[in-house]
Amino acid sequence: MKKFTTNLVSWLDERFDLTPVRNLLQHKKVPAHKYSFWYYLGGVTLFLFFIQLVTGILLLLYYRPGEDSAYESVRFIVTEVKFGWLIRNVHSWSANLLVFFAFLHMFSVFFSKSYKKPRELTWVTGFIILVFSLAFGFSGYLLPWNELAFFATKVGTDIVGILPVVGEKLKVILRGGEDVTGATLSRFFGIHVAILPAIFTFFLVLHLLFIQRQGMHEPEHFNNLPEEKKKYISFFPDFALRDALLWLIVFDILIFLALYFPWELGNKADPFSAAPEGIRPEWYFMFMFQTLKFLPAHIVFIDGELFGVLVFGIAGLVWMLIPFIKIKERPNWKIQPITFIGIVVVVFIVLMTILGYLL
Amino acid sequence: MLQSRRKFLNSLLSLSGIAGLAAILYPVFTYMLPPKTTEPKVNLVKAGMASEFPNNSYKIVKFGRKPVILVKTEDGQFKALSAVCTHLECIVQYKSDTHQIWCACHNGIYDLNGRNVSGPPPRPLTQYNVKVVKDEIIITTIG
Repeated sequence: MKKFTTNLVSWLDERFDLTPVRNLLQHKKVPAHKYSFWYYLGGVTLFLFFIQLVTGILLLLYYRPGEDSAYESVRFIVTEVKFGWLIRNVHSWSANLLVFFAFLHMFSVFFSKSYKKPRELTWVTGFIILVFSLAFGFSGYLLPWNELAFFATKVGTDIVGILPVVGEKLKVILRGGEDVTGATLSRFFGIHVAILPAIFTFFLVLHLLFIQRQGMHEPEHFNNLPEEKKKYISFFPDFALRDALLWLIVFDILIFLALYFPWELGNKADPFSAAPEGIRPEWYFMFMFQTLKFLPAHIVFIDGELFGVLVFGIAGLVWMLIPFIKIKERPNWKIQPITFIGIVVVVFIVLMTILGYLL
Repeated sequence: MLQSRRKFLNSLLSLSGIAGLAAILYPVFTYMLPPKTTEPKVNLVKAGMASEFPNNSYKIVKFGRKPVILVKTEDGQFKALSAVCTHLECIVQYKSDTHQIWCACHNGIYDLNGRNVSGPPPRPLTQYNVKVVKDEIIITTIG
């Protein structure tokens, strides 16, 4: 076996020159310091993306989009197909964990200031990936065609319609008509299984290429150490094995959640029944949902909703472009202004999310 | 002379490139906008027997392709309003304890005449006429 592998590698090497791969495997190093743990979060998110890919493809074997078949086919998957419940639960849970870890990864990068030169574009591509993860979540949410999904989609697409000038057209394009109907389901299905995966993969590959090209970020306190005090571990096999261990742990948690906290299917969507009590979006949209709830119907001249949507849009854009924005550092301040902004953002998101569940 | 000819040809090339791109993008974009379906205009809907409808309750009635909320008040009066919340288009319901119309999505509240009383709804709900003819509930559009 070993001989076969060696032969295969040299056969490939002769034809394609594998030096870059060999260099990467042999020389890539990861700094070892007290915050090293945060290096692993991106990898976990990537792992969960692979799980989404595999379980998503499996669900495609039985799922049938359409007003009269979507709900029924998901019910068929979870009740009739062997291990269908498992595949669906893992897909739902993994989606949620993915978003969770992506957020964690983003904030860890933010607070360790790894987005600074020369890693601006790694940050930007990462943010784009996060936005597309949310789009994945939103479009996938509708696919079982249940009550909650139906009204969440109605509200979500209606918010798009609020946007000035292009809003109304965009809403009709998203919905495939004036209302949320089977046409919307077809479109969301296409978006979820074809359009988003294509765009997502493109930015993911860019993101990973940038990281490979530049290596791991070294935080300031590590950078200030004298050369001989800087400790590293090799990426392969040391870091990769630790990565693998963490993937295994996350996988266990995922299976535990899928087994003990199955994802409910709920009632089938009915466009002619009242929105059920306690309706709310997925937890990762909760902070926005709750903020919109707090806004009055009109703020000065404009619709409260439009105001909220614009503020969130602008805030998101600023957040994405943060590596390019110069914010003065204050050497004698205990907390730097940029860190303070980050803390405010985190506190706001956490607070609004909690309020969303309490109120 | 040569320079300006090259410049001219280059701009001609990019112009035709843009035109070609537009010729591709325009049909694609138009394709994404779903065609308008002509729906039969509905002006009148029968909504069951008045005597079978319990007081202080409601149901959602199909008015063509639009949902309409039909409420029978405690004193036996009928009210019909558009069931689509003017805030973000969720379907509203009647709260039998407070005698108000309520939207579960964002806590919007209307009175029984459709007026937006509290919460985020920016406009009142459209009213419909209700008549009872030989015990049959008939909902019609106003005007």
